[in-house]
Amino acid sequence: MRMLINVPETVVADALRGIAAAHPGLTVDVENRVVVRRDAPVAGKVALVSGGGSGHEPLHAGFVGPGMLSAACPGEVFTSPVPDQMVRAAAAVDSGAGVLFIVKNYTGDVLNFEMAAELAEDEGVQVTQVLVNDDVAVTDSLFTAGRRGTGATLFVEKIAGAAAEEGAPLERVEAIARSVNEASRSFGVALSAVTTPAKGSPTFDLPPGELELGIGIHGEPGRERRPMMTSREIADFAVDAVLEDLRPRGPVIVLVNGMGATPLLELYGFNAEVQRVLSERGVVAARTLVGNYVTSLDMAGCSVTLCQVDEELLRLWDAPVETPALRWGR
Amino acid sequence: MLDADFFHRWMTAAADSVDREANHLTELDSAIGDADHGSNLHRGFAAVRAALDKEPPQTPGAVLMLAGRQLIATVGGASGPLYGTLLRRTGKALGDAPRVARQQLAEALGVGVAAVAQMGGAQAGDKTMLDALLPAAEALGTSFGAAREAADAGALATVPMLARKGRASYLGERSIGHQDPGATSSALLITALAETDGASGGDA
Repeated sequence: MRMLINVPETVVADALRGIAAAHPGLTVDVENRVVVRRDAPVAGKVALVSGGGSGHEPLHAGFVGPGMLSAACPGEVFTSPVPDQMVRAAAAVDSGAGVLFIVKNYTGDVLNFEMAAELAEDEGVQVTQVLVNDDVAVTDSLFTAGRRGTGATLFVEKIAGAAAEEGAPLERVEAIARSVNEASRSFGVALSAVTTPAKGSPTFDLPPGELELGIGIHGEPGRERRPMMTSREIADFAVDAVLEDLRPRGPVIVLVNGMGATPLLELYGFNAEVQRVLSERGVVAARTLVGNYVTSLDMAGCSVTLCQVDEELLRLWDAPVETPALRWGR
Repeated sequence: MLDADFFHRWMTAAADSVDREANHLTELDSAIGDADHGSNLHRGFAAVRAALDKEPPQTPGAVLMLAGRQLIATVGGASGPLYGTLLRRTGKALGDAPRVARQQLAEALGVGVAAVAQMGGAQAGDKTMLDALLPAAEALGTSFGAAREAADAGALATVPMLARKGRASYLGERSIGHQDPGATSSALLITALAETDGASGGDA
């Protein structure tokens, strides 16, 4: 596998130096692996800190800025960051109004953020956590590590970030983050395996002419393998899997997310099919976002995330945001 | 009796073993996880080795607590907090005695393993590191060799299990037929312990 890297050991640090050079709105501590919005701490504002393994760019560093995250902590590729990073980030962005940790539901992320929350509170920072677990492909969630956090992370970070920017107190920001997670579901498919820099070869073997249904974002295989399907068939399958679980009674925000190696041309074509299924099922798409936002290195494929919204959540979604990967309204 | 130097050599042997087996661990992890267990532990134990060599702690408990802190600070993922907690809590249970008997270590390891179970919410048979560690801690009451055999057998026994915790659990039935990477690295840690004993001339 050819990769645009120097050596596997430095891919995260190299990318952080590149992010720093491209985005003057961010302060990047390459050594300690913390990305902070330049004007933090913002007086009186609740701070939002997230983080997770690298390899999902632009998540999370690409969502740092006014209207979204205060700081992000990138770990090694597909490996949760360590508690020191979150503690450092929390200290850097806390204005005294408290910090919300946004944690994707993976065992490693949960354990490290939990340790970090304890350490940060020892240092006098008020911390609460919200868990993102939107992936309906994980069934039997009582007998597993539970549903994974995927596309809904973007919704939680954007909508809770807007509430924090407006000056909402910590309990309110936390409640909004929770309600967004509870109103969101995702389903993903892979058209190719993923190759991590450390391993250098695909993490699973996907023969030509087949696809994986119900994948996560770490190259872990999905639950089921089938002969290749058309965009129309995949949209039917993925949207129905989400709707069956979500059963929305109102309009939704749609995220059609690329896994990294699927061209936008294909993603837009897939979005047309997603919109068709939604309208056939009588679901109104209030807003739609198409692009590579929660990726899995070089994996081909996509995910669909729906978030049921009321007027308030939709207003917060539309509120101004200014980050490397999402920006509108300013 | 086992002194701080014995524990230092145990951790060094574990670091050597992780160096040798890193690719194997990553292979196992790519079958049912995310292909990083080897490289993550490699990074963590390199930090453990460096910290212990820089300023060797004076008691067995202090060696394990320093090693655990290094793993938490450098590994990330689930392995960092879980292995870090295993060593820290085992070390804490040893207290500040300058020398400990094998039986004391067996009891302390039991405390560490229980802390891992509590933190991860897993139990025996869930296809995790506990499947090697629980039988090993118990067998250590008998001998180092018995602990090693129990850990190896425990790791092998994870092959037919259905994963119920960690990233392998997302695979459901497809996790069956693969050896758990965490149980495998746990067996390496116990093997390193038995080898350290063997190199220092037999059961203490």
